[in-house]
Amino acid sequence: MDFPIFHLDFMGNRWLIAMIAILHVLINHALAVGFAPLVTLMEYRGYLARKTDLEQQKRWDDLAYKFLFVAFVITTTVGAMTGVGIWFSAALVNPASIGSLIRVFYFAWFTEWIVFVGEVILIVIYFLTWKKSNRSDKAKRRHIRFGLILSIFSWITMAVIVGILGFMMDPGNWLSDKTLFNGFTNPLYIPQLLFRTPLAMIMAGCIGLLLVAIFAKKDNPIRPKAFRFVSIWTLIWVPHVVIAGLWYYYKIPDLMIGNLPVALGTQLFQAWYDKLFYVMFGAVGLAVIIGLWTLFNSRRIPKWLMVLPIIGIFIFIGMFERIREFIRKPYVIGEYMYANAIRVEDYPLLQKDGILPHSTFVSVSEVTEENKLEAGENVFLVACTRCHTTSGINSVVNRFERMYGKGNPLNVDAMKTYMRSMHKARYYMPPFPGNEKELDALAYYIKSLQTFPRTIEGAQLNGTPAVEYDIEKIKEHIKK
Amino acid sequence: MNTVLIQLLQIPVPKDIPLEMPLPHWLLVALLIFSFLLHILFVNLMIGGTALTLWAELLGLRKKEYNDVAIEIEKTVTLNKSLAVVLGVAPLLSINVLYTVYFYSANAITGLFWISIIPMVIVAFLLGYWHKYTWEKLRNNKSLHIAIIAGATLIYLFVPFIFLTNINLMQFPEKWASVDGFFSAMTLANVFPRYLHFITASFAVTGLFVFWYFGRRSYEFEKNIPGFSRYEIRRKAMSLAFGASIAQVVFGPLLFITLPTEGIDWDLVITIGIGVTAAVFAMVWMWNSINAEEHRMEKYFWPIVLALTITVGFMGTGRQLYRANALQPHQEVMAQKTAEYLQLVEEAKLAAESGEMEKAENIAMAGEKLFEQNCVVCHQEENRLVGPPLKEIVPIYEGKKEALIAWIKKPGKKRDDYPPMPGFTQLSEEKLESIADYMLKL
Repeated sequence: MDFPIFHLDFMGNRWLIAMIAILHVLINHALAVGFAPLVTLMEYRGYLARKTDLEQQKRWDDLAYKFLFVAFVITTTVGAMTGVGIWFSAALVNPASIGSLIRVFYFAWFTEWIVFVGEVILIVIYFLTWKKSNRSDKAKRRHIRFGLILSIFSWITMAVIVGILGFMMDPGNWLSDKTLFNGFTNPLYIPQLLFRTPLAMIMAGCIGLLLVAIFAKKDNPIRPKAFRFVSIWTLIWVPHVVIAGLWYYYKIPDLMIGNLPVALGTQLFQAWYDKLFYVMFGAVGLAVIIGLWTLFNSRRIPKWLMVLPIIGIFIFIGMFERIREFIRKPYVIGEYMYANAIRVEDYPLLQKDGILPHSTFVSVSEVTEENKLEAGENVFLVACTRCHTTSGINSVVNRFERMYGKGNPLNVDAMKTYMRSMHKARYYMPPFPGNEKELDALAYYIKSLQTFPRTIEGAQLNGTPAVEYDIEKIKEHIKK
Repeated sequence: MNTVLIQLLQIPVPKDIPLEMPLPHWLLVALLIFSFLLHILFVNLMIGGTALTLWAELLGLRKKEYNDVAIEIEKTVTLNKSLAVVLGVAPLLSINVLYTVYFYSANAITGLFWISIIPMVIVAFLLGYWHKYTWEKLRNNKSLHIAIIAGATLIYLFVPFIFLTNINLMQFPEKWASVDGFFSAMTLANVFPRYLHFITASFAVTGLFVFWYFGRRSYEFEKNIPGFSRYEIRRKAMSLAFGASIAQVVFGPLLFITLPTEGIDWDLVITIGIGVTAAVFAMVWMWNSINAEEHRMEKYFWPIVLALTITVGFMGTGRQLYRANALQPHQEVMAQKTAEYLQLVEEAKLAAESGEMEKAENIAMAGEKLFEQNCVVCHQEENRLVGPPLKEIVPIYEGKKEALIAWIKKPGKKRDDYPPMPGFTQLSEEKLESIADYMLKL
């Protein structure tokens, strides 16, 4: 309502954030939180081998360095920039919500940022001083200690983020008590953290197996040892992830389903949730199979097979984050702001006056018989485009056709009836925020989209509507 | 622009976010200025370091020894670019809090380019690593190796345009309506002078940095860069800083005269004046340092850094002063509009609540009303909608009220070509009863 409307009419705005955020989570978990301790341990393994076999130490050390090299290059490029990208994309897609969140979570994010600066400096130093640390045992010991500190820091960054996520998932507190402390006392906090930790380690292990296959060639004597090492690392974390995963799994519904406003939500949620359960066991199961396979017979295992558990766990994490988002609907900030970026509190006024007169960047501020289509488009832009497109992903026309039958001409009255109370039938939909006239214009506009499909562009291409100023008013003011 | 004019000219005035600021205003401003300057310092070093690497490698085509200089400068970019990114978060958060509406509006209007910063910088970083780790491998393929770092440099030279366009656009809400997308926003007065000012500063800062970096006692210069003497390279670095500073004598005033007048006042002029004065001292000392003997050039370094820190501090403050001045009238109108809106929201909320009280009084709501609220979305009288019409349902349950209620509470799935119906367990027995009565009476 108060921001120029950025809109991607094909892929939809949510995907922009989702793509960037999921990529970021994957890199953060696997290559930062998981890889830091894995690489440190591997470096330590080489250090222990130095007394018996110097050659072997060198081989372990080289492999560990190559592991870190991969992690370093990816985390400091794609990893770091997708982190910033979450802010950038949220600013475009839902400025009202991210703007509100930043006002409340400024301290939390500031703290997070300080930890994060530390992490970046540590990883750069850890990486850049590796070669020098091979000069003496003492230097190596210090370097390994450094790796340990880096591992702890990476984990703390995740622990803080989980706290912020936990707070945002716990809707009641947003209104009553806006302190961050709640995020950490939230009943979901510990299970979620305990679950994400071993998951990150397993992800690192799966990628590690692939890296061993790539970097330690067949004639390298370290190859079987390294396979053994990384597969044991992966398998050790499996029981943890299962136990913490189950705990978290049973904890979510207690807290969350109570928030789902209609019964249908519960059904849908359960369906999703069951699927998640299978994917989780599928992905972890794949990791276990590959882990055991390499543990007992690493010579026989083809390289491409090692990609499977990585993909499996990536899909699982993607789904997991999706469910977290799913639970949040129809709100973007629990009980405070709906997914359409309109505050719950604004509804009585907007449903009386309409949304157009209170929106800044619209081309008409009132619905009339003449401007009905244009007004409908404006209503659509303000109220629907955060999630829907005209004919792309999650298109409105498509949604209605799925309800009323594909190809059937849409009926304006039926759509109006539906939209008036859609929030009761579809728990994830916010109530329609505008008044009757706007509802009518919107239904009319959607109907016209079915007949004459056409896309709309956001402010990034169209700019914002210009309002002509009234010269008479100015003259009048000068006379005064 | 005064507050009355904003209203008369119909300049868009959004409403502010109705939540309190997390910190007192002055503290947020101080954090913004400080964290921004720190961020910019490393951005300067990232851009300048990459461009110098390219430059040195090009010189290396003629005189091989320059390759060592390129390699050594490039090494510093790894840390500097990471710090540039991570230190950018704090000023981003602060400007988001202080200027939520203005900053996000500018972001949306330049949206495609704004979000493109992410992939562009990722590519530039990856190109940087690629270049850094292929000095050996591409030894005999110089054109490719140079093209890689040139690609990174070009991206680094372009991205500041996007930031500057945003920062410029956010200050002028009266321009928002006349701007269509990034390129038209980029051509607003002042963006190009700002850009030139910024890029030149990058070279001045990088020159000083290189002077310091190669001058450290612990740095094994003779081993790393055998083709030059330490003195030679350091003098070149100081000369670069000096040359770039001299260029600012042109770009600085250009920037100042192209500033739209609305944000200029005497405080701003004085603030910038102090910054310029300090810069003059710095430039004199730079000149002395360049022309001093080897063991004496060092002694000017910290005075120069101190003078330039003062310059940068005052310029950063001046930048904020201008923004605050330019936006103040608009912010006043916005605050007023927000207050009025919140008042309306409150009134409408009270009215709605009292309306609901009345409703609650005649609690025995008719079955018809309940049916409209809960069922009509899917079931109409005559025609199929999402679910079957009443004229099909009612005959099935004729005289079987209990079965109907049971179905509504926990529906099964009978018809293949219809989506399943959700259960309505949230409705009380009484309400279910009256819905069923209503339906069966039809």
